[in-house]
Amino acid sequence: MSRRFTPKIVTANRLREGDVVYLTADDQWSPFHHEAELIEDEAHAQMRLLHANAQKLTIVGAYLADARPGARGPEPTHFREEFRTRGPSNYNHGKQADLAS
Amino acid sequence: MYSYSDFDEAFVRSRVAQFTNQVERRLDGSLTEEEFRPLRLMNGLYLQLHAYMLRVAIPYGTISPRQMRQLAYIADTWDKGYGHFTTRQNIQFNWPKLPDVPAILSALADVEMHAIQTSGNCVRNVTADHFAGAAADEIADPRPYAELLRQWSTDHPEFQFLPRKFKIAITGSPNDRAVTKAHDIGLRMVRNAAGEPGFEVIVGGGLGRTPMVGMIVRDFLPEADLLPYVEAVLSVYNTLGRRDNKYKARIKITLHETGRDEITRMIEAEFARLRPLFGGNDQKLLADIREAFAPPAFRNAPIDAYDAFYKADPVFRSWADTNLTQHRNDQYAIVTVSIKAHGATPGDATSDQMRLLADLAERYGHNDLRISHEQNVILPHVHKSDLPALHAALVQAGLGTANVGLLSDIIACPGMDYCALATARSIPVAQELATHFEALKLEHEIGPLKIKISGCINACGHHHVGHIGILGLDRAGVENYQITLGGDGTEDAVIGEKTGPGFAYTEIVPAIERILRAYLDLRLEPSETFLQAFKRVGMEPFKAALYEAEGEKDAA
Repeated sequence: MSRRFTPKIVTANRLREGDVVYLTADDQWSPFHHEAELIEDEAHAQMRLLHANAQKLTIVGAYLADARPGARGPEPTHFREEFRTRGPSNYNHGKQADLAS
Repeated sequence: MYSYSDFDEAFVRSRVAQFTNQVERRLDGSLTEEEFRPLRLMNGLYLQLHAYMLRVAIPYGTISPRQMRQLAYIADTWDKGYGHFTTRQNIQFNWPKLPDVPAILSALADVEMHAIQTSGNCVRNVTADHFAGAAADEIADPRPYAELLRQWSTDHPEFQFLPRKFKIAITGSPNDRAVTKAHDIGLRMVRNAAGEPGFEVIVGGGLGRTPMVGMIVRDFLPEADLLPYVEAVLSVYNTLGRRDNKYKARIKITLHETGRDEITRMIEAEFARLRPLFGGNDQKLLADIREAFAPPAFRNAPIDAYDAFYKADPVFRSWADTNLTQHRNDQYAIVTVSIKAHGATPGDATSDQMRLLADLAERYGHNDLRISHEQNVILPHVHKSDLPALHAALVQAGLGTANVGLLSDIIACPGMDYCALATARSIPVAQELATHFEALKLEHEIGPLKIKISGCINACGHHHVGHIGILGLDRAGVENYQITLGGDGTEDAVIGEKTGPGFAYTEIVPAIERILRAYLDLRLEPSETFLQAFKRVGMEPFKAALYEAEGEKDAA
């Protein structure tokens, strides 16, 4: 039997601004990790990545990143992806500042 | 300093126009990302973790007040009000937006600056001793040679697609402050038996995943042979260098696979072929360039006020003792301005600080500023009578930290706070080390110490040549920090030795403290530096301090 598929999200950077974005189930690009579509199936993940990569005027560098379900939506499992949801740790810049509510 | 010729000006402007057009075509979809990526990299534009990053060259670390003000203007207009000075004498802007980059490049061109060849497999920004033209121990100012190499390597048709990136460093002093032994080519000025100046040529140094100290391929190269010889080295590398494996593509690997004797023979043969083709125009050009680096008109004035102030004010004295270096003119000093206040990000300067440094360079520093590979800013020519006023102005702006060459004068790469290649963070480790030891008030007691931190194996933070090196890795999804000891980036270059297993993010500062407490216990006298003590006693006492305490904790 093949190994169990680790759930994924599709993430990329916006072409113009460079910001980190996540692909949602309704084909939008959200700045919030928890709004991403949590993909539980490998074939579907590949389809979603193809869909993302086709949007050449919106985003660059799309890839699949491991995620897990959380209270508000998908959560990152690796520290690199966690940093990408926030911004740098030395200044209040990036998402932690831009999206603070 | 050197001013652009009409040729330089036209070249840089045409590259700005080209890239402006390329960005337009990327944004309207005529270019795909695959097509655009190499074009943006040729202009120093990377896509990093949270945003784009623009890397701008500061050739051989020399920058004028006018250029510094323009960097401040760029930081305020298109970025977040600061810039990051790097270990390669570049400045990086961390938050530019793609549609704004052409305007930034145009603003750089307005002050004779650019981002060309700050990325890609070409000859990168030529770095030099940041005390060039001022140091008391200098044979000659290395910057005219560096400028000659810059002009020769910029857009050189043969060397735009080398097997891998290529870094050249040059120093005019026997005491190496430019880490020449860790570069693809290191040029160290020496004198021959007849007293003539020339270069010791070192090839194949480099850090990264395979750290190596360079090997000397020529003990003495007459200065007139510099360009044909460097071209011969590049040419041999371009032919032999491996293009099949990115990790084996640097000249250090070529050298080890070919052998020093054979590669030296090939370089000398190629040099013999090339030398006659250089008809002397390079020497005419060098003579012109040299004029641009004529020393400033040094003032002749009493320095009694400095001596009196030094005796009277302990804060000034502490700063003078750590941040000043001997100038070749006795009435002058070289001032290293620490942009590493305890807890600040190594290498970062705000736009206000940049403007102040520009003002101070005009008022007290003969219009000269330098960026060091150790991520500080230098005022190379300050008359000693001006030092009290300069120091007061620096203190007011938070730039008066007396820590140059001490524990908190840390080199740190951007790490995983910015860099897409990083495997762990480096900046917060540097910040915590600085604030922790500041709280303990141990920094001055510990004395001269170079801590260097890299957030991945590529070693932008020079950790291999740190007296204490810290390398951040990803171990099974957790940040882990490996320690090396005994590294040295000077003319006696040594690659540091690994202590053993790494430490978690929360354990790294206590681990460094154990090493330094062991040093304080075992040093023969306060004047024995950490590096000297390490050379005397070796790794074992430090290993014991690092790991035995842990064992006891486990057993308890």
